[in-house]
Amino acid sequence: MIRRRRQRSDHGSRGTHTDTKREPKMLKEYRTVTDIAGPLMLVEGVEGAKFGQIVDIEIADGTLRHGQILQVERDKVLVQVFEGTEGIDIERSTVRFLGKPMELGVSPEILGRVFDGTGRPKDDGPEILPDKRLNINGNPINPFARDYPNEFIQTGISTIDGLNPLVRGQKLPIFSGSGLPHDEITAQLARQATVLGKGEAFAVVFAAMGITFEAAQFFINDLTSTGAIERAVLFINLADDPAIERIATPRVALTAAAYLAFDRDMHVLVILNDMTNYCEALRQISAARKEVPGRRGYPGYLYTDLATVYERAGRIKGKRGSITMVPVLTMPEDDKTHPVPDLTGYITEGQILMSRALHRKGIAPPVDVLPSLSRLKDKGIGAEKTREDHADLYNQLYAAYARGKEAQELATILGEAALSDEDRKYMAYANAFEGRYISQGYYENRSIFDTLDLGWELLSMFEDTELKRIDPKLLEEYMPKFRQKAASA
Amino acid sequence: MSETSVGKIVKVAGPVVVAEQMTGARMYDVVRVGEENLIGEIVELHGDQASIQVYEDTGGIGPGEKVVNTGAPLSVELGPGLIESIYDGIQRPLDRLVEMQGQFILRGSDVPGLDREKRWHFTPTIENGAEVGPGDIIGEVQETSLMLQRILVPPRLRGTVQDLREGEFTVEEPIGVLVGPDGERTELKMMHKWPVRTPRPVRRRLAPDEILMTGQRVIDAFFPIAKGGTACVPGPFGTGKTVVQHQLAKWVNADVVVYIGCGERGNEMTDVLMEFPELIDPHSGEPLMRRVVLLANTSDMPVAAREASVYTGITMAEYFRDMGYSVALMADSTSRWAEAMREISTRLEEMPAEEGYPAYLGARIASFYERAGKVVCTGSPDRQGALSIIGAVSPPGGDLSDSVVQATLHVVKVFWSLQGRLAQQRHFPAIDWLTSYSFYKQYLPGCFEDKDRGEAMAEMTKQAMGLLEEEAQLIEIVRLVGAESIGARDRMVLETAKSIREDFLHQNAFHKVDTHTSMDKQFEILKAILYFHAQSLEAIEQGVDTKDLCTLPVRTDIARAKFVEEQELERIVAIRDTIDEQIKGLSVPA
Repeated sequence: MIRRRRQRSDHGSRGTHTDTKREPKMLKEYRTVTDIAGPLMLVEGVEGAKFGQIVDIEIADGTLRHGQILQVERDKVLVQVFEGTEGIDIERSTVRFLGKPMELGVSPEILGRVFDGTGRPKDDGPEILPDKRLNINGNPINPFARDYPNEFIQTGISTIDGLNPLVRGQKLPIFSGSGLPHDEITAQLARQATVLGKGEAFAVVFAAMGITFEAAQFFINDLTSTGAIERAVLFINLADDPAIERIATPRVALTAAAYLAFDRDMHVLVILNDMTNYCEALRQISAARKEVPGRRGYPGYLYTDLATVYERAGRIKGKRGSITMVPVLTMPEDDKTHPVPDLTGYITEGQILMSRALHRKGIAPPVDVLPSLSRLKDKGIGAEKTREDHADLYNQLYAAYARGKEAQELATILGEAALSDEDRKYMAYANAFEGRYISQGYYENRSIFDTLDLGWELLSMFEDTELKRIDPKLLEEYMPKFRQKAASA
Repeated sequence: MSETSVGKIVKVAGPVVVAEQMTGARMYDVVRVGEENLIGEIVELHGDQASIQVYEDTGGIGPGEKVVNTGAPLSVELGPGLIESIYDGIQRPLDRLVEMQGQFILRGSDVPGLDREKRWHFTPTIENGAEVGPGDIIGEVQETSLMLQRILVPPRLRGTVQDLREGEFTVEEPIGVLVGPDGERTELKMMHKWPVRTPRPVRRRLAPDEILMTGQRVIDAFFPIAKGGTACVPGPFGTGKTVVQHQLAKWVNADVVVYIGCGERGNEMTDVLMEFPELIDPHSGEPLMRRVVLLANTSDMPVAAREASVYTGITMAEYFRDMGYSVALMADSTSRWAEAMREISTRLEEMPAEEGYPAYLGARIASFYERAGKVVCTGSPDRQGALSIIGAVSPPGGDLSDSVVQATLHVVKVFWSLQGRLAQQRHFPAIDWLTSYSFYKQYLPGCFEDKDRGEAMAEMTKQAMGLLEEEAQLIEIVRLVGAESIGARDRMVLETAKSIREDFLHQNAFHKVDTHTSMDKQFEILKAILYFHAQSLEAIEQGVDTKDLCTLPVRTDIARAKFVEEQELERIVAIRDTIDEQIKGLSVPA
């Protein structure tokens, strides 16, 4: 199961401790492991251990593993071992308390590099000479210091730009399922996302948690083929890498993102794939600690834990950079009420849902428009940001599609002949909407104006009086040219 | 205050720390934990061992470090300076924290809740030599243009006032002296402290009997909340709980609004922080913030402070209520509060009840909502205050059998049920008209100066509700046997119910006019819809085709009535004439 990958003891060479507040640290070594259960290890007789700090564990064969303190009670210390506890024995293991929290060394050099799930280089490149070392847990952003996300990001995907616009500093997850093409859509996002009319420094931070080699490689190849890899940082924990390591991965990635965004003024897009695996690792630890489980065995603090990951996205007043986050998660059995998507939905600002039904119909990307939502859309669109008709237009497109979708369902039950004329018209609209608006493929990069115009074109199927959600003034201004176009076609 | 004692940490597990040698500690005493002086609160005592919930991140804290007991329970500072403030869950001003620590929240900072430097103009309202008791008003401070803060004799004090004087004072400077019955002299200050977990005393509680107007049509007309009442808004994510809460915070006709962002999104709080100062209060024309206190404990901030934030908020709200004001408190979301309780409970290794929540969940929720109410305040002059609570609940998966929802429904009198289905249809606010309820409906007529108009409104809402219920049944029938099978009258009912839903209940929070609707405007819109219904039924009797009626241009006027500005209400009134005209114009087939 566990591949032994790291033979090199690199902690010693990692240089200085940043923790200067306390007395100078001796690296304290203990050979007093008393219990090992699951990913957890109990060490006794320890002095001066602090909650949350990290340890190195040297096991009998001389290899090194890494862990973090989960609980200290008097001289007993509970440690979670990132690489798992296989092969660790009670007598001959040495535990070294490093007296510092888990840190990531950062510098501009991290761009273009590939790291493992805890931030050690995984490519053939050299060690990073850090500008500074940052605690991977970060600190909460003071809500008063946050700046409101209101800059429209053009993703080139109509279902996002037109109906669920993404803005800088937003966290917008993709709720997917096994076998759905979430990798393609995240790759498309990373490739195409730009802010209109601005040439600002842009970076992608990609954190892979328990995804397959294939999925990770697809993403890396995609970035490489467009040259985007130069401005990307990758943290890769694959399906066969230690599961517990995944608990650190999103935090490590977000620490790198925070450095690039708030120290280096870059606009960072963070992709976390797949958060369901992260939550499962968390559940594993919780079960090993014999904690009272919440829903489906996930720990009761899952919400808080996820929040400390997701809430690191955002913009800060007085800083030029931003962190925009797209977590990907697979819903077991496509169930939106499963704890992982459910709690995620309560923290993130909306969600993009993938639809299996659309995928089967061959619609790509199969974005399920009706339950998808971007909560910050109203702030990022309008006259100066996209176009004045954007808000009314998406309301109308959406409402008409909802209606058309009902007609589609009715038609499958009763047959198309049983539909009223009106229902038939809405069904025709829904089909056109799916075929043209939603289904654009993974390589078409539509400008927001193309997306908006396409919306008008589709709505020209209806009479003005049916378009109740659009301001009559806008109807007068925009509609005639699309009606002409439709008539001449 | 008891003397401070120093204990020693023996255990650290997440936000819970256990310390020993804590002799003399009392439950809910505030302690300072570790070398970094983190703020914590004692939640369990065993002999000389105390379990402490820590309001800040405990990383880097370990056994052997000191714990200092302050000997006082978690308290908030009450006095001028609360309004327009933005606090975290334990009353630390977030704006001051930014000045001191930068954009991220660091640990161990100690900032007083009220500004110590600022001087307020105090005007006495009683004469020196007067006998006063707890809660008596002794003077006033114009805190903002919307808030005249009344300075009260702190609870439990009594005696004769001396040296009370007008002038510019800070909150800590004496404004006078109170000489007790036994000759003891107490300095009177504008600020006093109150422990957050203890409700502030009132003289007498009254039953709520007046509607708290919100400008939201579905709420005011169908499911109103009373001043001093309680309401809950449960719904799955994406159904607009927060928008409902924001809308209420903006538009309720309360004197003071306390908004608690409890464990919610950072960007959402930023929205509140950036938007509220720009909003204008429709009742006074002044910036809305001048009557608002904000508490923000976002989901990434420490969990224990989240647990405390609802208590901090409600204590502030009670303080304004005691001045004789109507206060509205919004808590978004109480589920996060309950989860914080659960998290602390788990770390204390308490025996869990349902879904891992502690067994005392229901009791805590009930006693929180019970702090709402309409009251006769203690002290003179005689005055009444009201405190209304509106709590959002975020049940997992939108499942209403969730413990928090059920415990909340036990105690609240108004239930606004948000439905994912409605949200998907972009029907906002997504309050389901069939499952929601309010126990305060009988006070609706009181919202109108004209009694008859009030009665008429009550009658109309009853009729509208009847139509909506009929619609639900008819839809079932149509689904089973097809639209052709129902009669002309029923078809009209379907049309009107749709009109009620789309033209009355549906309200766009982001539209500049539609976002708030006065009671009079609500009356006129509903009247227009029902008038059209009545006239149409009559026309149908005479043989007019339903389809012709439904396509009359006047229906667009009805649909757009909600966008008519408040100053132009006569345009909505005029719709009724247009209805008459256009229906008359329809030809009756021979």
